Amino acid sequence: MRPVRVLVAKPGLDGHDRGAKVVAAALRDAGMEVIYTGLHQTPEMIATAAVQEDVDVIGLSILSGAHMTLIPRVQDLLREQGRDDVLITGGGIIPKEDMEALTARGIGRLFGPGTPTSELVGYIKGWFAEREKQEA
Amino acid sequence: MPRSADTLLSDFDAGKVPALARAVSVVENHREGYDALLGALHSRTGRARRIGITGPPGAGKSTVTALLVANYRSAGLKVGVLAVDPTSPFTGGALLGDRVRMEAIALDSGVYIRSMATRGSLGGLAAATREVADVLDAFGFDRILIETVGVGQSELDVARTADSTVVVLVPESGDSIQTLKAGVMEIADIFVVNKADRPGADRLRNDIELMLGLRKGVSFGNIPAHHGVDLKRVNPAKVARDAAASESNSWTPPVLSAIAREGKGMQELIDALDRHFAYLERTAKLAERRGGRTRERVMELVESGFKRRVWSDDATQRRLEQMLPDVEKRSTTPFDAAEQILEQSADLMAKPREKGR
Ligand SMILES: Nc1nc2c(ncn2[C@@H]2O[C@H](COP(=O)(O)OP(=O)(O)OP(=O)(O)O)[C@@H](O)[C@H]2O)c(=O)[nH]1
Ligand SMILES: [Mg+2]
Repeated sequence: MRPVRVLVAKPGLDGHDRGAKVVAAALRDAGMEVIYTGLHQTPEMIATAAVQEDVDVIGLSILSGAHMTLIPRVQDLLREQGRDDVLITGGGIIPKEDMEALTARGIGRLFGPGTPTSELVGYIKGWFAEREKQEA
Repeated sequence: MPRSADTLLSDFDAGKVPALARAVSVVENHREGYDALLGALHSRTGRARRIGITGPPGAGKSTVTALLVANYRSAGLKVGVLAVDPTSPFTGGALLGDRVRMEAIALDSGVYIRSMATRGSLGGLAAATREVADVLDAFGFDRILIETVGVGQSELDVARTADSTVVVLVPESGDSIQTLKAGVMEIADIFVVNKADRPGADRLRNDIELMLGLRKGVSFGNIPAHHGVDLKRVNPAKVARDAAASESNSWTPPVLSAIAREGKGMQELIDALDRHFAYLERTAKLAERRGGRTRERVMELVESGFKRRVWSDDATQRRLEQMLPDVEKRSTTPFDAAEQILEQSADLMAKPREKGR
């Protein structure tokens, strides 16, 4: 099976990308191909990179509290390009009702701070295996 | 997102980036139908200039690449970038981080950036990269920049598939120049000593030039004394060489200096690339290089097709199994066994191509 391709991005204005880098390294160590794009990514940059790189998954690291605008915007931009099949997942401090609203929009699981990266790895692997099965 | 080959091709023809990206994936993964896809695109390839950018980790390759792209874009050219990074041999994963330095060009619709992991690439990384570059070429990019870390042989091979190869070094490379020498010196069409804001850049340039044998017969008295870095400094040896290079039928790699982080030295690099391409065209070296690649490509396909047809044949497999014990018992030799298999494979070659390949 080909490796999963994941774009790891850190949208928003807050200043460090330690969390995103840890996630990127964990996904790489789990055998994925991780495209790392760095700090301060706008939804446009994220969606453009995701399309160009033909990724399966976008992993967002969001701390700024702007998740309710950023995440749906990324999703809309992907949809415009016909790539609504991309799994959008990630982590950050996201209140329960926001999480539910995002899930209702078709966003994947979002993990709270302190969640071991192995959970994200397992989630992505499970999602990918399921999708490959459907396509086969 | 399952897509039929026809939709993919018509979206590709319509210039849609998702289709380009998917075509790259199909080719990169050798997914079913990849050869038909490449076959359909073949007539449109051969237009783009391919430029390889290689050098040690962290030398500034991505920074230089982004600046070159911006430069070509302001000249109205469309640019594709292929950034190749190593796959971990232990986990099969890869961290592809070159886009971080390419932010300035990330949203330009005339630019396409694709990160690629080296993977196991059984068929060879160079072959895989070349196929992906063909896809970009067919999409209509005028320039294709291929960034690879210049550490292993396979990466050097990638650089060799380009029309022009730029080797980016930094002052710190000075100590290891002897070790770089073997592979790097011969593939470089242009040297860039980047991070010229750091001490040692001039010395490295001198070392490279010495190694290239350029200073032969040039008295050091002709070289003006200087302090620090002056990029506009007139180097008589360089002036003479540039003048000669613009006419002559030989090419001596220029050794440029740059401070890519500040955008310095890029116009010189663009000019050198243009001169190199003009030289390739003038001397028919371009046709020679590209012709060599075509030959390699067809030979590779013959070899892989040969292997596939022989080993996918059940009778051949059985014969192999039958003969192995005799080779083990020393009652026949590996050479005789192979010869028998080859002789009996002749009719396999005429078999029509299997469907679905
Ligand atoms: N001092 C100095 N630093 C530079 C210069 N050019 C690039 N850098 C820095 O060098 C670092 C590496 O630059 P990249 O462009 O990512 O280098 P690279 O060769 O693509 O690196 P890899 O792809 O990881 O091998 C970055 O922090 C750049 O800002 C320069 O001219 N001077
Ligand atoms: Mg790089």
